[in-house]
Amino acid sequence: MSTHPDNRDASAWARPVERLTASDGHINVTGRRPTAPMNGFGRMWQKTYRAPVGDAAELAPEQVIAAWKERFSEFWPAGNRFFAPLAGIAPGEVAALDLAMPGGLKLSTGVLVLFSDEESFTLMTPEGHMFAGWITFSAFVEGGSTYAQAQVLMRASDPLYEVGMSLGGHRQEDAHWMHTLSSLAAHFGSAAPVEVQSICVDRRRQWSRAGNVWHNAGIRSGLHMVSAPIRMMSRPFARGAKA
Amino acid sequence: MSDTATRLQVRKPTPTVAVIEIAGEVTRDSDAALKEAYDQASEGARAIVLGFDSLEYMNSSGIGLLVTLLVRAQRNRQQILAYGLSDHYRQIFELTRLDEVIAIHDSEAAAIAAAG
Repeated sequence: MSTHPDNRDASAWARPVERLTASDGHINVTGRRPTAPMNGFGRMWQKTYRAPVGDAAELAPEQVIAAWKERFSEFWPAGNRFFAPLAGIAPGEVAALDLAMPGGLKLSTGVLVLFSDEESFTLMTPEGHMFAGWITFSAFVEGGSTYAQAQVLMRASDPLYEVGMSLGGHRQEDAHWMHTLSSLAAHFGSAAPVEVQSICVDRRRQWSRAGNVWHNAGIRSGLHMVSAPIRMMSRPFARGAKA
Repeated sequence: MSDTATRLQVRKPTPTVAVIEIAGEVTRDSDAALKEAYDQASEGARAIVLGFDSLEYMNSSGIGLLVTLLVRAQRNRQQILAYGLSDHYRQIFELTRLDEVIAIHDSEAAAIAAAG
C-alpha cells in the first residue's frame, strides 16, 4: 500500500460510515446503509442538468456553490422538503427529505453528504431511497459563462421503483432538477434555459438486487402514514405505562 | 493521452492483463482521457488493473467516472482490480462501496497475480 504525503481532498470527503443516523428520528434513514449506483436494481442512468447562471467575469463558481449549499431547499419545487443538517452541507452530515409523490403520498428518506468542497458537493442515497447512487452539484466556467450543474448517477433501487421511474418517475425527476437549476439561475439574475442530457450507462437490470424492495421508503412511508391514528391512540397508554 | 491534470499510461504486462497507471487528478475533466485509456487497455484484456500510486487528487465526479468504467468492463466481461491506493482513497472506496466490486491489492504484482 502506498502512502501519499498530502491528500488535499481529505477534508472534503465524508468518513466511512456503515449505517446512517438521522438526528431528528426521521423514518427510513437511521440504520440504512449508503448505496452506490452498483447497489441498485434498475438500469443505470447518468443525467446531467446544467444552466448558465452568470458571466464568469462577475460570478465565480465558488460563489454559486456557496449560495446553493446555503439555500439548497429554497430552490426546490414546492411540496418537497430538505431538512438541512445543523452543520449545513458538510462532509459526513445526514439530511432528511420529504418528497412529494403522486396521490398525495409523502416519501420520507434522507441523504449523506458524501463530498463537499468550494466547487462541488455530492449527496449519496441510503437504502430505501427511490434510487441508489449520488447526485453531484458543481459549478464551473465554460465559454465565458459560469455554469451550475446537477449530475445524477443512479439505478432505481428496486423493481417497484424501476416500474415507477418508467411510468413518469424520470419525467418527475427531470422536472425537479430543471426547476432547481432555473431557480438557482434566477437567484443570480439569469433566465437561460436548462440543458438536459440523459445517458443510459447500463441497460441491464440487476435481478440479484430485487430484494432491495424490503427497504422501499415509499411503502414504508405509506404504512407509517396509515398507521398514524393507531400510534396517536396508543400514546396515552404509553405515557401511563411510563408513569 | 492526457489533459492538463490527468496523466494515464497503459501497459500490458501479460497478454490478458492491462494496467492503467493513473497519475495526477481524477475529476470530471478526466472523462475523455479515461475512456481513451480504457479503449486502449481493453483490446484482448480479460482484466484491467488500475494503478493509483501517483494519484494526487480525486473528487466525487472522479469516483463517478470509475463507476462508468467499471460498467464498461463488466459489459465486456473483464475483471477490474486496483493497487497503490493510499489509506485515504481506500476509505473512499469503502465509503462509496467500490471496494465491493473492485478487488484492491497492495502492489501491482499482487494485482496481476490475482488477475492471472
